[in-house]
Amino acid sequence: MSLLTVIGQLMSGMGMTCAIFFLTLLFSLPLGLVVALLRMHRNKVISVITRVYISIMRGTPLMLQVIVVYFAPYYVFRVQISQSYRFAAVIIAFVLNYAAYFAEIYRSGIQSVPQGQYEAAQVLGYSHSQTFLRIIVPQVWKRVLPAVTNEVVTLVKDTSLSFAIAEAEMFTIAKQISSKVASIWPLLAAGLFYYIFNLLVVLVCSRVEKHYSYYKI
Amino acid sequence: MNTYLQMNHIRKSFDGNEVLRDISLTVAEGQVVSIIGPSGSGKSTLLRCATMLETMDAGDLIYLGQYAARDEGGRSVYAPPAELRRIRKDFGLVFQNFNLFPHYSVRKNITEPQMLAGRSREEAEAKAEELLRKLGLSDKADQYPCQLSGGQQQRVSIARALALEPKILFFDEPTSALDPELTAEVLRVIRELAKQHMTMIIVTHEMQFARELSDYIIFMEHGLIQAEGTPAELFATDNQRVRDFIGRFQA
Ligand SMILES: Nc1ncnc2c1ncn2[C@@H]1O[C@H](COP(=O)(O)OP(=O)(O)O)[C@@H](O)[C@H]1O
Ligand SMILES: [Mg+2]
Repeated sequence: MSLLTVIGQLMSGMGMTCAIFFLTLLFSLPLGLVVALLRMHRNKVISVITRVYISIMRGTPLMLQVIVVYFAPYYVFRVQISQSYRFAAVIIAFVLNYAAYFAEIYRSGIQSVPQGQYEAAQVLGYSHSQTFLRIIVPQVWKRVLPAVTNEVVTLVKDTSLSFAIAEAEMFTIAKQISSKVASIWPLLAAGLFYYIFNLLVVLVCSRVEKHYSYYKI
Repeated sequence: MNTYLQMNHIRKSFDGNEVLRDISLTVAEGQVVSIIGPSGSGKSTLLRCATMLETMDAGDLIYLGQYAARDEGGRSVYAPPAELRRIRKDFGLVFQNFNLFPHYSVRKNITEPQMLAGRSREEAEAKAEELLRKLGLSDKADQYPCQLSGGQQQRVSIARALALEPKILFFDEPTSALDPELTAEVLRVIRELAKQHMTMIIVTHEMQFARELSDYIIFMEHGLIQAEGTPAELFATDNQRVRDFIGRFQA
């Protein structure tokens, strides 16, 4: 294998890792809010079901969830698994898992907004949805940013778990190349990639936090 | 004079603990009514029932002749939501701990509620500017609540309530969260409003203030109105509990 082929393959792995990372965030950040609201729903049945979902997502390995989502169509419904489903399975499993974590973060954020904010809004004529979107969500967002940053850093590393179904992301490819060329360098290169990725994540998140530091809660 | 607010035979319990037992009060246009009494006597609960932050168990709540809640067989039955939304425009509430929106500038705190009520941005900003000038806060419009002193925050919250032009303004211990030197600036604003014949209902521990400002004072204890009357009547009462209470706060 030439060096150029190795680099080319690693690059495509990086692309896949980035795709998993951004798509997971794109869907799980908003879905987490929906899950948090269902979790706090008045209706006991809805809130209990949501609680069970969250607890399963947090209590079982993500790698296992990826495998289950990937193989479920075949084992449960006897549907032939197509090649393109591999990527979808990774995204579905990651989104479901991360939405559960984000939901718990949002929930504690929502509960930490003082009751007086809701009351002031009500007396000033805000509707329920105006109160939630204009008054509560922005304050929750600021409160949860540090916890969300932690999850995002973890997500960068967790993307490597999709090697369990041989999705061609950074780690899977590095591992393949490493055994093919009998060298540790591809793995170290992958490690460096994750490290730099996370440096960027932390940089961006602290920028965002700084952006919201114009007010105190 | 028009009756602005009428509450008849209000009852309210929290888990079997009866906090308001048969409270009635009437407030006419332009009147300033103070509510005094020991802590835990139900003053805040009464204000919260009047402003519909709590639902009453029994009794009528009537704003300018419109029933927000009507007692039917010993239970308060509330008007439909659309009507309650209309009635909410009749009053404003100033909280003990301000409850300004921390992520909004002073200006936005005052303009957004107006715009949600249907005013244009220009109207809302003109109104905010006028009120801030009146309350001596013109230079604070672009600051955030966390940058202001408690007294300034409370004045902003008064401006925010006034911007919606309520007919009645409720205050729940508006100076209790403030240092004594900041209390004066808020009391000055309320005094100014009284001069302009704003109809106000004020829960307060500032006895001297209540005495000079109020048309009527209500003394509450254990969820009941124990005594009520003009300041002259109440401060000359021979009801020992009232005398003790007033004496304690004047010392
Ligand atoms: N949301 C609530 N749940 C349970 N008890 C309450 C609630 N709000 C007030 N109370 C009780 O009602 C009583 C009167 O409270 P409050 O109206 O705040 O009195 P005040 O404003 O005169 O100090 C207190 O004993 C208080 O503990
Ligand atoms: Mg109180």
